[in-house]
Amino acid sequence: MNPSANALQATFGNAIGRVVDARGETIVYVAPAKVRDVLAWLKNTAGQDYNYLVDVTAVEYRDRERPLEVVWNLRSLSSRQDLRIKVELDPRGELVVPSVVDLWAGANWLEREVYDMFGVTFTGHPDLRRILMWETYAEGYPLRKDFPLRGRYSRSEQVRQALNVNPEGHYSMEELAIADAYDELPRDMRDRLARGERDKIPNSE
Amino acid sequence: MSKRTVELSVATPGTDAQGNPLRVPIPASPADVDPELGGEHLLINLGPQHPATHGVLRLVVELEGETVVRVIPHVGYLHSGFEKLGEYRHYNQIVPLTDRTDYLAPMSNNVGVVLAAEKLMGIEITPRCQVLRVIACEMSRIISHMVWLGTTSIDLGAFTPFLWAFQQRERIYNLQEMWTGARLTTSLTRVGGLMADVPDKFVTDLRHFTETYPDTLDEIDRVLTRNGVWVGRTQNIGVLTAEEAINYSLSGPMLRASGVPWDLRKDKPYLGYETYDFDVPVGEHGDVYDRYLVRLEECYQSNKILKQALDRLPQGPINVDDPRVILPPKSHAMNDMEAMIYHFKQVMEGVKAPVGEAYAGIENPKGELGNYFVSDGTAKPVRWRIRPPAFINLASISKMAEGHLLSDLIAINASVDIVMGEVDR
Amino acid sequence: MKHLQTVDGSDSWLTTKAQSLFEWVIKTTRLDKAVNLSRANSLWPMPFGTACCAIEFMATAASRFDLARFGMERQAFSPRQSDVLICAGRLPFKLAPVIRRIYDQMPQPKWVISMGACASTGGIFDNYAMVQGIDTVVPVDVYVPGCPPRPEGLLYGILMLHKKIKGEDLFDSSLRDEHLLNDKGLRLDPETIDEISEPFGNSVHQFRSA
Repeated sequence: MNPSANALQATFGNAIGRVVDARGETIVYVAPAKVRDVLAWLKNTAGQDYNYLVDVTAVEYRDRERPLEVVWNLRSLSSRQDLRIKVELDPRGELVVPSVVDLWAGANWLEREVYDMFGVTFTGHPDLRRILMWETYAEGYPLRKDFPLRGRYSRSEQVRQALNVNPEGHYSMEELAIADAYDELPRDMRDRLARGERDKIPNSE
Repeated sequence: MSKRTVELSVATPGTDAQGNPLRVPIPASPADVDPELGGEHLLINLGPQHPATHGVLRLVVELEGETVVRVIPHVGYLHSGFEKLGEYRHYNQIVPLTDRTDYLAPMSNNVGVVLAAEKLMGIEITPRCQVLRVIACEMSRIISHMVWLGTTSIDLGAFTPFLWAFQQRERIYNLQEMWTGARLTTSLTRVGGLMADVPDKFVTDLRHFTETYPDTLDEIDRVLTRNGVWVGRTQNIGVLTAEEAINYSLSGPMLRASGVPWDLRKDKPYLGYETYDFDVPVGEHGDVYDRYLVRLEECYQSNKILKQALDRLPQGPINVDDPRVILPPKSHAMNDMEAMIYHFKQVMEGVKAPVGEAYAGIENPKGELGNYFVSDGTAKPVRWRIRPPAFINLASISKMAEGHLLSDLIAINASVDIVMGEVDR
Repeated sequence: MKHLQTVDGSDSWLTTKAQSLFEWVIKTTRLDKAVNLSRANSLWPMPFGTACCAIEFMATAASRFDLARFGMERQAFSPRQSDVLICAGRLPFKLAPVIRRIYDQMPQPKWVISMGACASTGGIFDNYAMVQGIDTVVPVDVYVPGCPPRPEGLLYGILMLHKKIKGEDLFDSSLRDEHLLNDKGLRLDPETIDEISEPFGNSVHQFRSA
């Protein structure tokens, strides 16, 4: 059993749910409201020093009654300890957890992938958009259990939707440095961006 | 028209005390500089079909002249739904899927996934299987680094090391084909053992390989390591400090080149690695040159481990003696009722894993490859998560490339050692 | 062919000779042969390498199997300068518009080799993310099966393409027709795409999750 689990229970009390110790791994369930504090405490406290984020992912069970879990795998390089922090969310409700990009920069793409595959929103993430599927992918969130293996649409519809995506169309706000150059953009481009139409390239005049 | 003061400067390969590239101002009188000049950034698109992006990676680069202001990588062009497919497959049926994720080091992937499955099911493998899996992992490390070396030298202009490296890969491919029947998609491991034992010729051929392989490495070393062009193009390029490397969750040679002495084979050993005598190269500066040196030295060390593994290869069975997990031999299945029932159950239903979860990380050539299985008691996992080292390593490219030239971006991209099958899964 | 006629109405010696020369040059396909030979023996491949098959393609181009003996060592990374698009590897839906655009950028005459099981039919990836065969997106001339095909297999496929090219009629413009996307935004009818993308075989286990 990882001693951090006891330290967590001592520090955060009720916010810590059950602790599982199996197969040499320690898993701590944390209340969703306090998970950001718990993760920050684990990283910043001397003696814990979980400076390495191994993975961020999510698990949805086949049993619809079980919650959807968001999982953070942490590691302390100095003490060679691994710790798994889990948060349980209602799979039929809103899936929102705080982002930890400011704690571990490696979480950026990992959280984007969980958003893409499960639809979990990470509040505070600087650039939360789809990463593995294209940004205007409309079929849903692939790794959810109610998403069929071969997708929701027919094959011809999937091909048609894929071919209609403009390969050049995916620029994010960040890439175009909109914030810097907003004033100098042409009027119609500003209007388009305000309407949220980021992937349409207008016909040239 | 608004007036704007424009300062023109050009980046040089030198770095200042903080590690930022030194910029030298271009002296010009305000009269002869067009105010529009130097104010606009150029947005160019590299890929997804591009010779230097090592697969279907798309880099959107914002350039100021030749200097990279920002680079945003777009991935997902090879997303194949592996993790979703894994939920519809038995644990042994997942092994062929892993060949296709990191297709440069397939045997290493195969080992990684069954280590996680065996941890989940609580299975202990036989000593011979352990040593054979170490041999498989180190062979994979060699071929992966050879691809890396070959393609990086092509990117930086040297074509010949590519041919030398690929010739060595062909020798390992012969060995892989001798063992598993396939050059690339090996599907070597099974839960509780391996698909087949090594033939006798394999041991002699591998021993011959370990004796002659360092000569090729020496040749490559002679051509590249103190080559003015190579050093000039790779030193002080793409520097990441140790703190940044840890914060970006890098692993493998990327992490070690930045000075962090972390190697799963030494720090969280598996498959008996603690009993082998080998060194782990750790870099100092965290630039592309250090990553090259780390990977080159790792090839020498892998060779060393292969020699030791061949010397200590014990006799014995490769599969665990549990008919619920390992298919009984056909002769038993055809003659003995109990064996036939075991065979039937395994093929039709698969091996059921107990309820729970397990994570096993191995030191893949690219970094820490982790497989995370969550099981609900059935034969197909509820969740199969691949912790992809290349995906996480690639995210740091936007940090590394700022302020460098466009040609340096190619070198940095090459140094990350990505394989898009693993990045996108 | 206009006939010059002699005074008594028979063909002149000159026209018959000219006619038989015309027939000898073109209709006995000597010109066809020359053009097809030069096209086939220096196909410049556009390696659209995505996954594992791309590694086997690289191995085919390397010293042991050597594509240079077929005139293919000059790999065109710009589609504008290539002859044959070799799709080596699986094609997810996100990459489909990219290969379509690359194919459209290639000038005629162009051919497509679909290398590997994933490019030909979707391979082991019968799921939401994978195009079930690139022939739903671009027209294909040669399919090379294998996962991945051995370099010898790819070379056999290339030689098969050579044979196909050498059998082409130079003046058949339908071969050089651009197969554009139809008004539905697809290359084939939706029914055809659904039919060729259907899973085949008896096993339904592969779609059952536990």
